[in-house]
Amino acid sequence: MRLQAPENTVTFTFDGRKLRGVPGEPVAAALMANDIKLVARSFKYHRPRGVMSAGSEEQNALVTVGSGPQAEPNVRATTLEVSEGLEVFSQNAWPSLRYDVMAVNDLVSPFLAAGFYYKTFMWPRSFWEKLYEPVIRRAAGLGALSGETNPDKYEKAFAFCDVLVIGAGPAGLMAALTAGRAGADVIIADEDTQMGGRLLREQEQIDGQAATTWVADVLAELDEMPNVRRMTRTTVTGAYDQGTYGAIERVAGTRDADMPLECFWRIVTKHAILCAGALERPIAFPNNDRPGIMMASAVRAYVNRWGVAPGQRVAVFGNNDDAHRTARDLVAAGIRVAAVIDSRADAKVSGDFPIYTGAEVIATKGRHALQSLTIRHNGGVRTILADCLAISGGWNPTVHLTCHMNGRPKWDEEIASFVPTAGSIPAMETAGACNGTFSTAGCLAEAASVAASIASDLGFEAEVKVPKADDTAYAVTPLWAVPGKGRMWIDFQNDVHVKDIKLAAQENFRSVEHMKRYTTQGMAPDQGKSSNVVALAVLADATGRGIPETGTTTFRPPYVPVSIAAMGAGSQGKGFAPERFTTSHRATVARDAPMIEAGLWYRPSYFPQKGETHWQQSCDREVGYVRGAIGVCDVSTLGKIDIQGPDAAALLDFVYTNTFSTLKLGRVRYGLMLREDGHVLDDGTTARFGEQHFVMTTTTAAAGLVMRHLEFVLQVLRPDFDAKVISVTEQWAQFAVAGPRARDLLNTVLDQELDDTAWPFMSCGPVDVAGVQGRLFRISFSGEHAYEIAVPSRYGESLFRMLTAQAEVMGGGPYGMEALNVLRIEKGFITHAEIHGRTTAFDIGMGRMVSLKKDCVGQSAAARPGLIGDHRQQLVGLRAKGALSAGAHLFEKDADAVRVNSQGYTTSVCYSPTLDTHLALGFLENGRARHGDVIKLRDHLRDITQEVEVCDPVFFDPTGGRARG
Amino acid sequence: MAKLIALTPCADLLPLTHGEITVTEVVPDRLISVAPNAGQNKAVSALLQTQVGGGLSAVNRRSGPVTWFGHGTWLVAADVTLDGLAATTDQSDAWAVVAISGAGVGNVLARLVPVDLRGGVFKKNHVAKTMLGHLSVTIVRASADTFEILVMRSMAQTLVHDLDVAMRSVAVR
Repeated sequence: MRLQAPENTVTFTFDGRKLRGVPGEPVAAALMANDIKLVARSFKYHRPRGVMSAGSEEQNALVTVGSGPQAEPNVRATTLEVSEGLEVFSQNAWPSLRYDVMAVNDLVSPFLAAGFYYKTFMWPRSFWEKLYEPVIRRAAGLGALSGETNPDKYEKAFAFCDVLVIGAGPAGLMAALTAGRAGADVIIADEDTQMGGRLLREQEQIDGQAATTWVADVLAELDEMPNVRRMTRTTVTGAYDQGTYGAIERVAGTRDADMPLECFWRIVTKHAILCAGALERPIAFPNNDRPGIMMASAVRAYVNRWGVAPGQRVAVFGNNDDAHRTARDLVAAGIRVAAVIDSRADAKVSGDFPIYTGAEVIATKGRHALQSLTIRHNGGVRTILADCLAISGGWNPTVHLTCHMNGRPKWDEEIASFVPTAGSIPAMETAGACNGTFSTAGCLAEAASVAASIASDLGFEAEVKVPKADDTAYAVTPLWAVPGKGRMWIDFQNDVHVKDIKLAAQENFRSVEHMKRYTTQGMAPDQGKSSNVVALAVLADATGRGIPETGTTTFRPPYVPVSIAAMGAGSQGKGFAPERFTTSHRATVARDAPMIEAGLWYRPSYFPQKGETHWQQSCDREVGYVRGAIGVCDVSTLGKIDIQGPDAAALLDFVYTNTFSTLKLGRVRYGLMLREDGHVLDDGTTARFGEQHFVMTTTTAAAGLVMRHLEFVLQVLRPDFDAKVISVTEQWAQFAVAGPRARDLLNTVLDQELDDTAWPFMSCGPVDVAGVQGRLFRISFSGEHAYEIAVPSRYGESLFRMLTAQAEVMGGGPYGMEALNVLRIEKGFITHAEIHGRTTAFDIGMGRMVSLKKDCVGQSAAARPGLIGDHRQQLVGLRAKGALSAGAHLFEKDADAVRVNSQGYTTSVCYSPTLDTHLALGFLENGRARHGDVIKLRDHLRDITQEVEVCDPVFFDPTGGRARG
Repeated sequence: MAKLIALTPCADLLPLTHGEITVTEVVPDRLISVAPNAGQNKAVSALLQTQVGGGLSAVNRRSGPVTWFGHGTWLVAADVTLDGLAATTDQSDAWAVVAISGAGVGNVLARLVPVDLRGGVFKKNHVAKTMLGHLSVTIVRASADTFEILVMRSMAQTLVHDLDVAMRSVAVR
């Protein structure tokens, strides 16, 4: 029921029913305005539940928002804002919220106590995963995801400031105002839609005027300051190292395709002031979970801030003075107060309503909503008719963030609560209710003083100017659970009651951490915000220890649930990983070439032609280009590193196994690089362009790795070397031109014809390419007469189009990765399929390339016993009539194909159109001595068995005449 | 004889505008990396002063045509002759360079870049080698509301994609 007719309303739906609500108010308030009390079913027993709180700590009123892929489960109705067309659904009920079949669980509840599953579903063991767990999960639970891809947009962002103020109640506003006036860069974040905290929810006076007026004035002043940034709807979720805080923002605004739902902030600050306030805690009494039983502060919030009445006859039950203001506010709003029940015999309370001191609620009635309660008073019992019961067991300071770096809060006997331990988070101070200072005047004074001291630490001049406010003392006498029988709920979200905790203690789960896991108290979306202290107090009682000795469970981030989508924002689709495109990309895609990922690069698999229906046809044709005429391939993705300096040659001698200082100008040499542990790191060619100038080529996969390795060598192993390395991978577009007609093709684009004697195999130098200065390398990864030609990247696309067009006229054309792979396997050239990190130079047959005339990285480690010898699996070629597979294992012909008999494995396979046979490279025990043997290949995954002949890995043109010719 | 045609890294990607923010391509004439040999920083700086009108800038700073570019390395936006004193390498084609500008440009970069780019901290001609989304970038503040971003040429499309997403979400707010 609304206390006043609102100015404007919108329509939203709850379980399909159309309702009116005020835009921006919490759905919980709108449901209350529509007299809907039953909003959810509980986790385990499917008990009817209603709204309990007015904030992010809500335990009961979890709903699903939206439908289909955009449905979002477990949203708190107390923080969800009403908007036009909003669809809200209840959860965990079937067929309907009112008639929920699974409510049968409640009838058999004596069998479903804590630990029930562990004890009952033990046997037979295999049933747990397949039967018990799925059934239990279906019966107990919260909302569910659709299983479809969510198209909603989420966002991540960074922010920086001098002072981060967490929470914008009286303390937070005062802190921001003080630090902001002093001139510090301030961010003030609050999870509510409006700043003001309790001042918006209580009847209070500040400086002789309504507190809401003071709040409006402060906000106006803050908004005028360019150094202050206000972030509403933003919950600071965690405290991390070096002044970093996580925060989740529910982004307000109209739903646009580009508008994010949530933004996950990482805020880096020099200082933080925690002004997170306090959360009211419930009292455990029998059947204290009926819809209509709410926190007293929440009742005041709905009445004072949103103008809705949670009930028509409201009773108040508390153990502290703060609860009494609920009755006063209700009376002021014209709502009937059925009774004020205070557990303290000496409580001082007055008002125009029935008052029971030294009394306790011992029973409640009403299936779908509270109808009446029974109290024990003066030795007798009395029934009170009420449709709403406001309860208050006192206040728990919100210490969570102070504990995120392993800090533990201290027990404060006076307020019967845990308070923060100072210094738990470096550079974070606490002020106000989260610090155990509950009066408004106290909050304002403490926050102003903390903020001023921080501002002066930062070098600003700060003034402490505190307005006059309410200074009523807070008096509380602990009441955790009312003595008596019946189920008294502590953790409403997880359906944990007093008996569960006593059972945990009885079964020796006496540590608070064990009790939590045994009972599930404090888990799930609310993480026990309201229930933790009550639960451990009950545990302390059951184990005969005090509360401080019992201690709290560990507070961990996030303070409120954070969507995985928000944390992973920006990483969907194209945001998942950068895409690297070569200069020939457009021309390649225009030829319909399927692209494959090589690291982050995109490279063509093959270039299909009309009539070709299988990649193998395209591949065979492209191999034919290179063996018979001419092929062109973009090899720009290979790493290119420019190496200069007086010690450039010495650096190369140190990182390569073979010698480079002896390399002549204008010549290229193949080199092998080892890791410090003696295994092969990478291979490639290095060209000498000057006395102190080399250009190293790495494989595509290891380009970054080799660059890092060189930096490591220069900075750590040999800082005495005066040599500079810088990547030029992106500077040059480089194309392989391979085949018997390679020279003819190049001569169509070079400004001067190639002189064969000046350009022998393994030579290099500058050339003029269609008016542009480029570089030419006569090297070959195909075994053919071949070159690699490089031009500055701006000309890459132009040169690629030119080369491929000319090649086609000459009976050739572009070739892709498939053909490149076949060509190199035919020649026995290795890639990272072979130098995969576990092979040595000896294994790949290059043991003699490790020069002993000089030192190099990995040299001594490579000579360790065990890394050399007949037992090593050595690189071999394999040929067969049938198709082979990479990753298959090798066995003696007659041996069983079982693990212990494996003698090796295959790394690369292809069909060779040149030799019309199936080829493989692989590693075989003592393989080099076994050329000619016939062995068995077995691939258990693909179910392939083949007899293969072991041979030299160089299948084609073993003398290398074609490349030199 | 046929001539090769030059294309810039962002030729078909930019300009791009959402709300008040615009991204345009910057095409430097020359980008030469300069890494002075051991003990030659002063000599190199002096020579650069006469050749390009600016010496080696401080770490994380740009001065005139000279931009600090990492450990012992500077990027000079002009041809230089430093034989025997420094390693010089042509990088003119290696980098895609874009300028992002407009009121609130910091809000766009705050969605992608994890370093503090507030005006009072990251001033004109300050340089950061950092991440933009998943990309390694160099960011320079060119003016109060203009930043220059350098990314590897091959990643230009991803840079523009990431900026586009961030610009859109800032624009709708």
